[in-house]
Amino acid sequence: MDTLVPIEDRGGPAQPLLLATGLRKHFPVAGGLLGRTTKVVRAVDDLTLSVAKGETLGVVGESGCGKSTVARLLIRLIKPDKGTMVLDGDPVDEPHGITVNELRRQVQMVFQDSYASLNPRLTIAETLAFAPRAHGLPAAEARERVRDLLSKVGLDPANYATRYPHELSGGQRQRVNIARALALRPRLIILDEAVSALDKSVEAQVLNMLVDLKTELDLTYVFISHDLNVVQYLSDRVLVMYLGKIVELGPVEAIYGNPQHPYTRALLSARPSMDPRKRTREAPIQGDPPNPIDPPSGCRFRTRCPFAEEVCARTEPLLADTGHQAVACHMRVAGSGHSKAMAA
Amino acid sequence: MTNMLQVRDLHVTFVTPDRTVHAVNGVSFDLARGETLGILGESGSGKSVTLRSILRLHPEHRTRWSGSIKLEGDEVLEMGPKALSDLRGQRVSMIFQEPATAFDPVFTIGQQIAETVRRHTGKSETEAMKRAKDLLEMVRIPSPAQRLKAYPHEMSGGMRQRAMIALALSCNPTLLLADEPTTALDATVQIQVLLLVRELQREFNLGVIFVTHDIGVAVEVSDRIGVMYAGKLVEMAPVERMVDAPQHPYSRGLLASTVHDGMRGQRLESIPGAPPDLAEVPSGCSFAPRCKFVRPDCTAAIPSLRDVEAAHAVRCVLAA
Ligand SMILES: Nc1ncnc2c1ncn2[C@@H]1O[C@H](COP(=O)(O)OP(=O)(O)OP(=O)(O)O)[C@@H](O)[C@H]1O
Ligand SMILES: Nc1ncnc2c1ncn2[C@@H]1O[C@H](COP(=O)(O)OP(=O)(O)O)[C@@H](O)[C@H]1O
Ligand code: SF4
Ligand code: SF4
Ligand SMILES: [Mg+2]
Ligand SMILES: [Mg+2]
Repeated sequence: MDTLVPIEDRGGPAQPLLLATGLRKHFPVAGGLLGRTTKVVRAVDDLTLSVAKGETLGVVGESGCGKSTVARLLIRLIKPDKGTMVLDGDPVDEPHGITVNELRRQVQMVFQDSYASLNPRLTIAETLAFAPRAHGLPAAEARERVRDLLSKVGLDPANYATRYPHELSGGQRQRVNIARALALRPRLIILDEAVSALDKSVEAQVLNMLVDLKTELDLTYVFISHDLNVVQYLSDRVLVMYLGKIVELGPVEAIYGNPQHPYTRALLSARPSMDPRKRTREAPIQGDPPNPIDPPSGCRFRTRCPFAEEVCARTEPLLADTGHQAVACHMRVAGSGHSKAMAA
Repeated sequence: MTNMLQVRDLHVTFVTPDRTVHAVNGVSFDLARGETLGILGESGSGKSVTLRSILRLHPEHRTRWSGSIKLEGDEVLEMGPKALSDLRGQRVSMIFQEPATAFDPVFTIGQQIAETVRRHTGKSETEAMKRAKDLLEMVRIPSPAQRLKAYPHEMSGGMRQRAMIALALSCNPTLLLADEPTTALDATVQIQVLLLVRELQREFNLGVIFVTHDIGVAVEVSDRIGVMYAGKLVEMAPVERMVDAPQHPYSRGLLASTVHDGMRGQRLESIPGAPPDLAEVPSGCSFAPRCKFVRPDCTAAIPSLRDVEAAHAVRCVLAA
């Protein structure tokens, strides 16, 4: 198999590129005074998502809500405790499906820390040639590939190929990381806070580049960020996470224009105002997100939710379709027992 | 309003065996009592160095400085040890991005605040602890009496940030220096802390200098905004003016490249290139290599900071 030819689409446009069902990841952590009791961080709990071909799926939420864990699960940097994944019709890591290695060729990832992700002892050309060479591309063709990749991310090969990571700015290093993610011609790129460490003027350069590359190379993105404005700018659909759970999922217009979940609303109105005449008067919610080691029973948001009622502590609200978007809140489920819900 | 702080032509250079960094290259500004000045700029532009200069927090042996920093008439750059200690302990307080730098992990929050109160007021232990409790209440920490007994690591990020603000206000300063105090916080917590800073500023009529790289944050808290680039203020204006009509090509680029509501589908305006290396003293406009309006006189000499109208100054040859 020649692994470096772009991969053909298989199931057609309607088949999700990636479908993850019931993903769960709990991390054991030492607890108690002597570190002897074992507790678990419920980083991701029974999460189901699909990524459509050609879309950008944005993932937002506060730190520790499980965004990076989702990213690492999707490329199998970590193994889920539970759950299955299907890539364009092929089950991942199952007898009749594709291997994890094949998944990682088709799905690539870019991290926030542009420096830590690059080997300081390799030149940029060596870094970029590494994976194609390992997949059997001859040296001359690999050199050609490197030149092509550098040009694609807007770095002049003559000027940058022989530099080392420390000789680049943060924005340039992040371009190299994106080039490296493109080296094996993947179909899906997971960008985990990929522009978050960049200064605004440089962030804009990289965002423009991501938009161009997506069209040019027919890519699909999962774009993870805590910056709601950037997610709104780039995404077609948005997934909102709170303490390891999806609380709302839908088209970007619906999530930003008509958010349904109290947490999504709070998150959106916590954005600083860009207009000095319309400053924020009141914080939308109080307190910090609770610890994911012992998440609240029922709805995990209930300890900060202004609408919490008894049913919220008792039963976990499931993600339910409301027409435009899916929401996990008892107020949106007829007959849930919440006073603001319609009768069943 | 009278100016409590006057900074004039401040230069700060760090000299180490392997390199020289011209971090601040001629910064001048005034701050009035009860006013909040936001300092906005990208990483490495000299925001923190400017702020730390006001407390003389740089390593003395490898920092060269010139210019003048006058706090209520007293020259900070010429202060002796006693005056410096009063400056840091009573007149000016600072809050940081990382509260871990403000607290010692082995003492409770209460012990640390009370100790600071005692050192500066000579109050008894019981009185100081009472004051610590009042301070926690003032920064809206729930169940303050209990929280006094908490160790820093037992508090959430937002709570620690509030406790740090309480510590900073424990000796009744008149000037509060804030270096990105909300940058590491989650969105829903950041806004709570910004509102708290704004309220306390009003309540105590503090002068505040608030450093941030986030325009939204600067807009929420500032009366005036100064934009820094490569160790210089390139523009200074009242907040409305800065948002509505920025004049310097860098400020304009920065505002235009910041993604916000309603930009979906549009191509973002970006500034090409990256900020300059600070190893050399600039001889012209530092922004020239990235500026689309550059012309010969931009690099011939350093453009001066000129008033384009009352309270609005711009450092660019095009400004009129
Ligand atoms: N003690 C020091 N010794 C040597 N160089 C220093 C020292 N402190 C700061 N610098 C340098 O001075 C320049 C300005 O730094 P400063 O910390 O003020 O930037 P900043 O605007 O606060 O950036 P950021 O947004 O990243 O915090 C940088 O090039 C920095 O590396
Ligand atoms: N290897 C690990 N061991 C223990 N806990 C972890 C590990 N990785 C992540 N976590 C925890 O899982 C939760 C989710 O983390 P993460 O996915 O990194 O969040 P986010 O990316 O949304 O900030 C956090 O509480 C984090 O501390
Ligand atoms: S389920 Fe209850 S607590 Fe959770 S968001 Fe809805 S109303 Fe609030
Ligand atoms: S002085 Fe010249 S180079 Fe500098 S910002 Fe103005 S026009 Fe641009
Ligand atoms: Mg993360
Ligand atoms: Mg700084």
